[in-house]
Amino acid sequence: MLKFVVRRVLLLVPILLGLSILVFLFVRALPGGPETALLGENATPERIAQVREAYGLDRPVQEQYFSYMERTVQLDFGTSIQTRRAVTEEIKQRFPATVELAVTAMLFAITVGIPLGFVAARRYGSWIDNLSTAGSLLGIAVPVFVLAFLLKYVFAIKLGWLPSQGREDPRVFTEHPTGFFVLDGLLTGNPSASWDALKHLILPAVALGTIPLAFLTRITRAAVLEVGNEDYVRTAEAKGMTRAVVTRRHILRNAMLPIATVIGLQTGLLLSGAVLTETVFAFGGIGSFMAQAVFTRDFPVIQGGILFLAVVFVLVNLLVDISYGVLDPRVRTR
Amino acid sequence: MSLSQSEAVESGVSAPEEARGGLARDALRRLRRSPSAIVGAVLVTLFVLVAIFAPLLAPYSPTEQDLSQIRPGVFPGPSAEHLLGLDQLGRDELSRLIYGARYSLVIGIVSVTIGASIGILFGLIAGAFGGWVDGLIMRLTDIMLAVPGLLLAIGIAALLGRSLTSVMIAIGVVNIPIFARLLRGSMLAQRESDYALAATALGVKRWRIVLLHVFPNSLAPVIVQATLALATAIIDAAGLAFLGLGSPDPSIPEWGRMLAETNAFLANAPLLALWPGLAIVLSVLGFYLLGEALREALDPKLRR
Amino acid sequence: MRRTTEQRSAPAGARPDAVPGATTGRGGSVPLLKVRDLTVTFGSRGRSDVRAVDGVSLDVFAGQTVGIVGESGSGKSVTSLAALGLLGKRGVTVTGSVEFEGDDLLTMPDDELRALRGRDVAMVFQDPMSALNPVLTVGRQITEILTRHRDMDRREAKQEAARLLDSVGIADATRRLTSFPHQLSGGMRQRVMIAMALACSPRLLIADEPTTALDVTISAQILELLRTLVSDTQTALVMITHDLGVVAGLCDQVHVMYSGRIVESAPRKVLFADPAHPYTHGLLASVPRLDQPRGTPLQPIPGSPSDTLPWSRGCAFAPRCSRQVDECLGGPPVLEPVAAQSHLLRCVNPVPLQGPPAAEGTP
Repeated sequence: MLKFVVRRVLLLVPILLGLSILVFLFVRALPGGPETALLGENATPERIAQVREAYGLDRPVQEQYFSYMERTVQLDFGTSIQTRRAVTEEIKQRFPATVELAVTAMLFAITVGIPLGFVAARRYGSWIDNLSTAGSLLGIAVPVFVLAFLLKYVFAIKLGWLPSQGREDPRVFTEHPTGFFVLDGLLTGNPSASWDALKHLILPAVALGTIPLAFLTRITRAAVLEVGNEDYVRTAEAKGMTRAVVTRRHILRNAMLPIATVIGLQTGLLLSGAVLTETVFAFGGIGSFMAQAVFTRDFPVIQGGILFLAVVFVLVNLLVDISYGVLDPRVRTR
Repeated sequence: MSLSQSEAVESGVSAPEEARGGLARDALRRLRRSPSAIVGAVLVTLFVLVAIFAPLLAPYSPTEQDLSQIRPGVFPGPSAEHLLGLDQLGRDELSRLIYGARYSLVIGIVSVTIGASIGILFGLIAGAFGGWVDGLIMRLTDIMLAVPGLLLAIGIAALLGRSLTSVMIAIGVVNIPIFARLLRGSMLAQRESDYALAATALGVKRWRIVLLHVFPNSLAPVIVQATLALATAIIDAAGLAFLGLGSPDPSIPEWGRMLAETNAFLANAPLLALWPGLAIVLSVLGFYLLGEALREALDPKLRR
Repeated sequence: MRRTTEQRSAPAGARPDAVPGATTGRGGSVPLLKVRDLTVTFGSRGRSDVRAVDGVSLDVFAGQTVGIVGESGSGKSVTSLAALGLLGKRGVTVTGSVEFEGDDLLTMPDDELRALRGRDVAMVFQDPMSALNPVLTVGRQITEILTRHRDMDRREAKQEAARLLDSVGIADATRRLTSFPHQLSGGMRQRVMIAMALACSPRLLIADEPTTALDVTISAQILELLRTLVSDTQTALVMITHDLGVVAGLCDQVHVMYSGRIVESAPRKVLFADPAHPYTHGLLASVPRLDQPRGTPLQPIPGSPSDTLPWSRGCAFAPRCSRQVDECLGGPPVLEPVAAQSHLLRCVNPVPLQGPPAAEGTP
C-alpha cells in the first residue's frame, strides 16, 4: 500500500514540472513578451528596461528558466500590477474563502447527489427516477453563473431570505483567526457570526455545487444499476445476505469506484466555477480576485492563480487516486 | 472541460466491434426511437436554423438603438413591437438574442473543430506508433489536463487578448488533450480486437491496418465527444464573455456578454437576464441530449 | 416478480404430466424439493414475452444427485434461479410452486427466504471470477455467511472459514483468507465458491454449470470434490449442465430439458444405455467416439435451438427431429412413463427401446 502511494506521489513530479514549463513558455508567447506579463500593457519604456534587467530577460532561455524555477519554488509569483502586493500574499489571503466555498459546495453535491442517484437506481423507471434524470440534465445544461444569477435574484433580491453578496455582514465587527469565517465565529465565541457567514455561503455554495450534484446523481445511478446486475451481487443474494448487507457491502462498495473518479474530476469544475460564482456574489475569494485580474489584465495574478489552482486540482486527484488504492484491491496489488 | 472531461471518463472507452456500416444504421434506428435524442435533435436544429437565418428572423437590427425609451432605471418590458422588450441601451432584445445564436454557433463549431482536429491528430500518432511517442504525448496531455478546463481557457484567452478569435482558440486548445486521449484510448482498444489480428495474420501492412481499419472504427466515441464538446463550448464561451474576455465590441450580441451586462441591474430588469440564460440552457441541453443519445446508440454493448 | 401458486390447468381431455423424480424416493419419504408447474416468463416493454421455463415439475429427495441437462436456452439455469427467487423483479413473471421441506419458496416472505438461502439451500455459479466480489477478501466473503447464519463471532468465523477452505483442498488456508479473488486461479476460486456454499451444511446444493468456465483437468478435480463432499454430508445435489460427461459420472437421476420443458427423465444408466427421446438420442450420438473407424462422419442434431415451436402447438423439437410424424404437430405431448416407472418420456414417436442393459456395468 505504501509503495502504491509513493509511486503515485512520484508521478506528480513530472506533471508539476511540466506545468511550470508550460506557464513559463506561455508567458514568453505573450504578444509583447514577458515584460507585458509583468508590467501590464501601459508600461513606459524605462520601466520595461528596468524589468528586463531585473528579471534577466535578455539572458539566454535556460538561465531565465532556472531563475524562474528558483522563484517559483520559493513561491514567488511576482507582484500584482493592480494591488502592488506579492501575488503569493494575495492568494494566501483569499484562499480560505474559496476553500470554504468549494468544500461546502462539494459537501452539498455529495450529500444530495449520491443518495438521490441511489434511490433513482433502486426505483428504476419510477417518477423519482425520471425526476432526478430531468433535474440532473438541467443541472448540467445551466451554466453556473446563470444559476448564480437565478438564485441571487429569487432568494436574495426578490424574497430577501439570504444575503446577496459578500461573506459576512460588513456592519458587524468580527475577528478572523483562521480565515474560515464559519469556523472563526465558533473559535472566537461568536456563534452569530458563524451563522451569518453560513447564510452568506448558502447561495454561492448551492450555485457552485449544482453541477457536481447533477453529475454525481447520474454517475451514482449508473454505477448502482450496473453493479446491481453483476454476478457477485446475485451470489450475495444466494448466500442469504440481508438486503441491507447486499446494498452496503456488495453494491455500494463497488459503485464507489466510478463515483470517486467523478468527485475528483468535478473538483476541477468547482475550482473554475468558483471564478464565476464568486464574481456574481462578490464573495472575495481567489475566484473573484482572478476575475478582476482578467479584467485589469493583471498577468502575474492570472498566472499565479492558475498555477496555484492547477496544483490544488492535481493534489485532489492524487487523493482520489490514493483512495482508489483503498477502495479497489485490484489496483493495489498490481 | 466540465461536461466533456467528465463524460469522457464516465464512458470509459467502448469501441465498436463491427463494421462501420452496420453500426451506423443500427445507431440511427436506435436514435429514432429515443425520446431524448429527438428532443436534442430538435433543439439543435432549431438553434442552427435560427443562427443561419438570423437576418430573416430578427425583426430589428441587433445594434439599432431606440433612445427615446431609455431612461436610467427604466427598462421597457415586452410589448407588441418588441416581443422581449428593450435592453439597457434601447436595442431590441429578441433580435439580439437571435443574432446571438450565430456567435454561439460559430464559436462552438470553430473551437471544437480546432480541438478535435489537433486532438485527433495527436491521438492518432500516439495510438499508431505507441512506445515513447505515445508516452510523450500522454505526458503532454496529462499536463494540459492538470489545469481545470475553464481556467485554462481563461488563461489562454487573457493571454491572447480580447477578441472572439482568442476565445475560440482558447476553448479549442482546452479540447485538444481530451480528444487526443479519447482517440488514443479507443485505438488502443481496437488494436487488440480480432479483426485487427485477422488482418495482421493475412499479411495486411501495418500502416494500412491502423489507418484504414483501426482508426475509422475508433471514431465512434470521438463523435459523441464532439457533440458534448459543443455543449461545453457554448457554456464556456458564455463564461468567458461573462468575464469580459470575448470581443471588446459592446454592440456584439453574444449571449454570455448580454448576461454579464445584466448583473448591474438584476433587481430592475430580471427578464433581461432570463432570455440569454434560457437561450444558453436550451442550446446546451440540445447538444447534450443529442450527445448522450449518440453514445447510447453507438454503444456496442447495447446491441442485440 | 409475481409469485402465485396457480396451477396451469392441463388442456381438457389431456392426461397430466408425470413428475420426474417422483418415484425415486425411498418408499414413503417426502421429497426435499417439490417443484410443480414452474413457469418463468420474461417480458419487457416493446418486446414479446419469452417463456424461458414452461411448466417444469420435478422431485428431489434427500441425498440424491440429480442432473438437469440441456443446451443454452433450454431454461435449465433459469429454473434454478427462479426456484430460489434470484431472478430480480423487473419484467419477470414466475408461476407455479417450489416447495422446500414443505414451504413454498415462491410465496415465502423475503426475510424468511433470505434466512433459508445460504443456510439450507445453497448455490454454486458458473463463472467464479464474476461471481465473487472483487473488493472483498475471500475470507470476508466466507465469514459473512458464518456470522449471518451460524451466529459466530469474527474470530470463530475466521477459524471455521480456514477449515472450510482446507476441506475444499486449498493449501495454506489461513493465509488465503486475506487474498482477493483476482489473486486466485480459476480452479481455486471455484473451490472457494463451493466452500461458501457448504459453509452451513445445506440440505440442498444447486450447482449451475460449475465447471464450464474451467480447464478440463481442473473441471475433473472440482467434480470429484463435489462428489466426495456431497456424499460425505448426504447433501442433495442438483447439477445443471450442458455436458453429458459431467452428468454421466456424477448423477443418480438425469432430467433432459428442451425449450423450457423436461422431455426425458431416467436413472443415469438407463438414460445412457437406452435414450428414448430423439433429442437425447441425438445428444449422445453427436459425441465423437474414439472407438469408431476414422472417417466416420459426425452426427450433429440438425437445425438450431431457434428452430422451435411453442409447446402449445406441438412438440418444440419437431422441426429438428428426424422421427417427426403428423401427431407431433397436433398438440403438446405429455410426459409419461415408458417401460419402467422411473423412465419418463415426452414423445409420441420415440426411439425404440432396446430393453434393460445386457450386463451390469454397461454405461
